[in-house]
Amino acid sequence: MVTDLGPVIRTRPKLAVWKFASCDGCQLTLLDCEDELLGLTERVRIDHFLEMTPAEGADRERAQLDGRGPYDLSLVEGSITTAEDAERIQHVRRISRYLVTIGACATAGGVQALRNFADVDDFLAAVYARPEYIATLETSTPISAHVPVDFELRGCPIDRRQLIEVITAYLAGRRPQISHHSVCFECKRRGTTCITVAHGTPCLGPVTHAGCGAICPAYGRGCYGCFGPSSKPNLRSMVAQLRHDGMSERDVQRVFRTFNAASPEYAPVPDLAAEERQGPPA
Amino acid sequence: MSTVTPPLPYRVAGTWDETGDTRSIELVSAGRRLPPFAPGQFAMIYAFGVGEVPVSASALRGRHGGLVHTVRAVGAVSAALCRLRPGDGVGLSGPYGTGWDLEAAVGHDVLIVAGGIGLAPLRPVVHAVLDRQAAYGPLAVLVGARTPADLVYRDEIESWRGQARVEVTVDRPAPGWQGAVGVVTTLLDRLDLRPERTCALVCGPEVMMRHSARDLVTRGLAPHRIQVSLERNMHCATGHCGHCQLGPLLLCRDGPVVGYDRVADLLLVREL
Amino acid sequence: MSTDADVHASQPPASDGLVMGKDGMAALVDVLIRRGFTVVGPTARDGAIVLAELRSADELPYGWGVELEAGRYRLRERPDGAAFANAAGPQSWKSFLHPVRVREWSADRVEGELVFTADQDTPPRYAFLGVRPCDLRAIAIQDRVLTGGAYRDSGYEGRRSGALLIVVECTEPGATCFCVSMGTGPAAGPGYDLVMTEVVDEDGHRFWMRSGSQEGAEILAELPTRPADPETRETARAGVTAAADRMGRTMPEADLRELMAGTLDAPRWDDVAGRCLTCGNCTMVCPTCFCTTTEDVTDLTGDHAERWRLWDSCFDLDFSQLHGGPVRASSRSRYRQWMTHKLGTWYDQFGSSGCVGCGRCIVWCPVGIDITEEAAALHDWTQSGTSASASAPEPP
Repeated sequence: MVTDLGPVIRTRPKLAVWKFASCDGCQLTLLDCEDELLGLTERVRIDHFLEMTPAEGADRERAQLDGRGPYDLSLVEGSITTAEDAERIQHVRRISRYLVTIGACATAGGVQALRNFADVDDFLAAVYARPEYIATLETSTPISAHVPVDFELRGCPIDRRQLIEVITAYLAGRRPQISHHSVCFECKRRGTTCITVAHGTPCLGPVTHAGCGAICPAYGRGCYGCFGPSSKPNLRSMVAQLRHDGMSERDVQRVFRTFNAASPEYAPVPDLAAEERQGPPA
Repeated sequence: MSTVTPPLPYRVAGTWDETGDTRSIELVSAGRRLPPFAPGQFAMIYAFGVGEVPVSASALRGRHGGLVHTVRAVGAVSAALCRLRPGDGVGLSGPYGTGWDLEAAVGHDVLIVAGGIGLAPLRPVVHAVLDRQAAYGPLAVLVGARTPADLVYRDEIESWRGQARVEVTVDRPAPGWQGAVGVVTTLLDRLDLRPERTCALVCGPEVMMRHSARDLVTRGLAPHRIQVSLERNMHCATGHCGHCQLGPLLLCRDGPVVGYDRVADLLLVREL
Repeated sequence: MSTDADVHASQPPASDGLVMGKDGMAALVDVLIRRGFTVVGPTARDGAIVLAELRSADELPYGWGVELEAGRYRLRERPDGAAFANAAGPQSWKSFLHPVRVREWSADRVEGELVFTADQDTPPRYAFLGVRPCDLRAIAIQDRVLTGGAYRDSGYEGRRSGALLIVVECTEPGATCFCVSMGTGPAAGPGYDLVMTEVVDEDGHRFWMRSGSQEGAEILAELPTRPADPETRETARAGVTAAADRMGRTMPEADLRELMAGTLDAPRWDDVAGRCLTCGNCTMVCPTCFCTTTEDVTDLTGDHAERWRLWDSCFDLDFSQLHGGPVRASSRSRYRQWMTHKLGTWYDQFGSSGCVGCGRCIVWCPVGIDITEEAAALHDWTQSGTSASASAPEPP
């Protein structure tokens, strides 16, 4: 991560939002910043953001997919799944001074990275009537696999407050206050009673990156890891505990095969799940 | 003393380069003044909107009568401090921690061993000893740096030569370097060390301090006659945040300067 | 309500006390509210007995007990209707005295000048109803950490100095409790304003009450009570004595401080690292863990900044971050830091153990790591003779 963000930004920097393979949910988070949006536009010039640009009329040129730049701050959503996108991200990097990936797709490859564990041609044949019309790569990869990334924002979708924090920290020239510890920190800080201990509910919180505010456990639902792995997660122990809490081998595999399926930290999960036998962890 | 008081506003009176990534800043009060600092004590310097870092004073009285700190740009806050210009405001609190025990050095030969920017917290010691030379035995200053370009206070070090034994070495020489090459402990061979009469003050990277202190013990110095200045993560400087622990020590309170006799064993434990 | 150990020591000796019927509890809560206190006490919620603001005594967990094991907590109905026959829950009083998140000060850039403003926090006057003896000690330990040194945490001091402590002696320890090993319970130590012992038998549901401060005595005088009869006193004392014999856990018979200092290289740390999730739950539920981090935030204008302080944990990789990387990168070293601090180096730093034997870290560890079991394993290692030959390679 780049720590020196340069001098405090006193001018009005230009912001661009880019979309690759994704559902648009993370970029929409920017529009969800209703209370902060006006203040934000006073401090940054949102120069390229297709989601809030009419496709026709005077803005049309600005709405071109490749944009012209240069931009001070680029928010990049989505993963790389096509040869064209693999080239386009190089262009985006060249015209961006500070590049932040937003969300699980851009940071870990997204749910579409399930293809990485299977034959993409089988998927194409199953889904499309004319698979020969589809040009796609064998894998879905995070932005960081293609270009240097200055900061990665986790989540599916990202958290609105964290997005504002990243932009505000950028403007102030400071490090974003974003922690890499577990969701358990957030549960305890908000006073949620642990649902694993008190109810036996399987929960990925202990190995999942904080940032969501621990929403699911607060409503009695186990964390399903949409923010991806916390720093140095102990997956062997976590998998043993999930089995102990009643998850089958297949369920354990599936719970890690979602939005952050291609996170390298999760690679050992299938073997660990197969290893563990039902019963208390050793 | 209450801890949840904000820092005091201070102003940058002057700032200058020490090396390519290291700058000194002189800070003067913009109103109320902090209590006086002792050599080896540190301040928390707050860069507006960016954050706060602990920095030892590198001179207690600068050209403008202010406190001087030397900062290497390694993170967002230190980089922001290195960008300050005269007139800019910062927040300052302190003095914090336990400084060098100069009383213990009175009547003794004083040996200063510094690695890189580790000379910064030792510079006020040199000033204090030179100011009161009659109270101390001979002063020796050993300085090591990675390269000649990483040497801080180069001109000032030269100016000490008349009054102190000064030896400088670098790990990697550059063209034109006439001085010694090698780690700082190799300079000890050049001294006529009187171990029973010497008090050693050591500051630099932890591995350098460990090797220097051990070398000095081998040469006959008692561990309690060796002081080292240690670094750990610090958030509060008041003993409440828990980050600066080194085993039994809270370094913001029990340090940063500690007797080597208290930490020799601790420094040998991995990841303590 | 005093924060000073000397004051604790000079409390009046316990008299025979008074007896208050179950109905008196409603009067107690009313008196406290009338006196301006924010009353905080246990209540059953979300499948646990949590600490929350109480509006009436009806919210107390009458008829709820708990079944505790490593990594497991379950509410169980109690036919006797007792309110306090349940061991430590998921929170502790530090949530109120040393809150999760506190703004310390703010800074504004006004015409090029920095202006700092301390946060003027007027804390509520808390009355803590149902403080366990182990938690009473935990409060005294945090007093020492946060207000007993050269620097005093003024925010903590403000919240603490106004707090009224109503202790309930323990008659129903959990399977994870070991306060006897730590010398903190089940009988109340010094420092309370009022202490009560709950008794439920054929003679009814009642509380044996004693005061420990002037204010406690004044409050007690306002409650519907009668002089304590010998039978109630005896039954109450017997309940506490019996609790001491029913501790679910014990620490090994060893000097724990020496044990921690002498086992830094023990292979057991690798063993526990294999299980530890480094999730930080043990530190968050611990009633004495005090570590915090700071957050410097700015608003979008860039001219207003704030300093916030929030709970941190030595299990976070960033906790020991220096510019070269974290000092404690391995989970082995992070678990070791927590446990050796709690049981060992706390003595060096603050003059006592940091553990009160409440058992929360055992219960709320998702994988059930048990500090007493780990201490026992370390003790066994020192007794096995292999410890002397172990030596770790020196750090680089």
